[in-house]
Amino acid sequence: MMDLLGYGAFFLTTALIFSLVTLGLNLQWGLTGLFNVGLAGFVAIGAYTSALLTTPDDAARFGGFGLPILAGWAGAMIVGGIAAALTGMATLRLRSDYLAITTFGVAVVVQLVALNAQKLTGGPFGIGFIPRPFGSLAETPLLFNLSNLAVVSAVTLMAYLALEHLSRSPWGRVLKALREDGRAAISLGKSARFYRVQAFAVGGAIMALAGALQAHFTGFIAPDNYLPILTFQVWVMLIVGGSGSNAGAIAGSILVWAIWAGSGTLTSVLFAPEQQARAASLQIVAIGVMLCVILLIRPNGLFGDRPRRPKPGKQKKAAASENEAGP
Amino acid sequence: MSLQFVVDGLLTGSMIGLGAIGVTLTYSILRFSNFAHGDFMAWGTYATLAVVSAIGAMFGKVAPIGPLSFGWPLLVALVVGMAFTALLALLLDKVLFSRLRSQGRAIIVVMASFGASMALRSLLEFTFSSRPTYFSRAIQIAMPVGFGIRITPDQIALLLLTAVLVLGVHLLMTRTQTGRSMQALSQNAALARIVGIDVASVVRVTWIIGGALACVAGVMIGILVQIRPFMGFDMLLPMFAAAILGGIGSIPGAVLGGLIIGLAEAGAVQLIGAEWRAAISFIILMAVLFVRPIGLFGVRER
Repeated sequence: MMDLLGYGAFFLTTALIFSLVTLGLNLQWGLTGLFNVGLAGFVAIGAYTSALLTTPDDAARFGGFGLPILAGWAGAMIVGGIAAALTGMATLRLRSDYLAITTFGVAVVVQLVALNAQKLTGGPFGIGFIPRPFGSLAETPLLFNLSNLAVVSAVTLMAYLALEHLSRSPWGRVLKALREDGRAAISLGKSARFYRVQAFAVGGAIMALAGALQAHFTGFIAPDNYLPILTFQVWVMLIVGGSGSNAGAIAGSILVWAIWAGSGTLTSVLFAPEQQARAASLQIVAIGVMLCVILLIRPNGLFGDRPRRPKPGKQKKAAASENEAGP
Repeated sequence: MSLQFVVDGLLTGSMIGLGAIGVTLTYSILRFSNFAHGDFMAWGTYATLAVVSAIGAMFGKVAPIGPLSFGWPLLVALVVGMAFTALLALLLDKVLFSRLRSQGRAIIVVMASFGASMALRSLLEFTFSSRPTYFSRAIQIAMPVGFGIRITPDQIALLLLTAVLVLGVHLLMTRTQTGRSMQALSQNAALARIVGIDVASVVRVTWIIGGALACVAGVMIGILVQIRPFMGFDMLLPMFAAAILGGIGSIPGAVLGGLIIGLAEAGAVQLIGAEWRAAISFIILMAVLFVRPIGLFGVRER
């Protein structure tokens, strides 16, 4: 019973860290319509920044500044935000696909730096000894897991409330206006590029914070934690939950993580150890097909609020597809 | 600095350029960045490998052609592989992309291609495992051609094949009715429809050319490097960078962009080390986006 409770706390902590990334993505995509396929890169930037700031001094690499954990989290958000702002500045005046390609490139390069800049990131060996909040409780796993869950829940709740507030604020309304009808919003004197860069930077900062949380929760990070599969998982979470809704982002994350973890357990029971790697790739195929199917039959997800505004001249067609996509 | 990097760069550039033709065509005619294009490459290569093995099982060991490392079975298999990859692209368009395209939200199609890419690649990994394989394990002797440059017969043959294919696609685009329809559609889709261009057939030709060339690029990688499920995914960033550097929609631009990136990568490997190779495409991509986002031969977006 206690084990189950401990596992439940551990599971929810992981799911909520994912949901923090999904909230960041929802600000970028759901609210503003910016397509980021390199979010693993921003999560990694946050994790490594916070690790460098908070770990004790290490002769083998740069840094280890021994700062408090909160300073690490703040640093992660700042660096993640700046990286996202730079990415946005290069691409957001161009067609939306350019942002996708560039963010993809950011993720590739961050992965490359994590793997090869040994002096900075520890290379393939990663960074260990990252201070954990409530590390002194590690002897009693249940208490440790529950206190971690409390910290992660508090951060997620704060991010959720802040994002809800933001999306109702004048700033959030400008973003929605740009998403729905860029030309109309621009004609009202709003600088599309300026607002989009801001939204992209704030989303990147939230993703980086999630990376930092994860790093301090596990105490060890390595380049393998930030492969393209992470980006993919978070996208599925947002699409399942419904882009545009912060509550949907959290619910989608928990649901998809439950499916992912459950199918992982299932394959480990069903397949022999030497077949595990193959079973894991089949798991990815299943999730990929799921993403495509949801996009086809229910693009608004479970909780999505994105109204599909019919385009002038296409109203009949849009209305028809609206009916098809309806519940 | 040895001039050997020129040969390496031209070869890598050919692979990137052949792939980038498909990327640039999909982007300019179907209006989306296809993240599954790299996986077409990998699927085409594995299909070719499967046909080579099947021929090997039927006819036994076949002697290679002259000094090359491969014989006629690979050429037959390549043609089958190209057809297979084109069909795969058409099939994916039919079940997925065309339906999402009709909803009119381009970026949803990009997202679907991202999901399809993950699924396609993992399916390869499931079927063939992630262990690398090869068309041939024979080692070729490189011939010196002066200036300290050495080149193998395979490399010469593949450079020639690339030149022939690029010339062929260029002629197709500029001299045939289909090619002109493709250009018209990429420049102004609404107007092209009004003058009665058969959009469905143009879309089909786009996928066929893109898929077939992706297969050739993948087989080149398979002959010169190795075959892995991730081989195409790793080429995605260089291919996008080449298409943008050359100017979206331009076939000579995609090839030239590919060659520039290939040469830059090969040159940089000597200076800063092979582990940073993948960063070169990103740096070139960012530089182009900041300085001249329409690329070398691009036209401004309307």
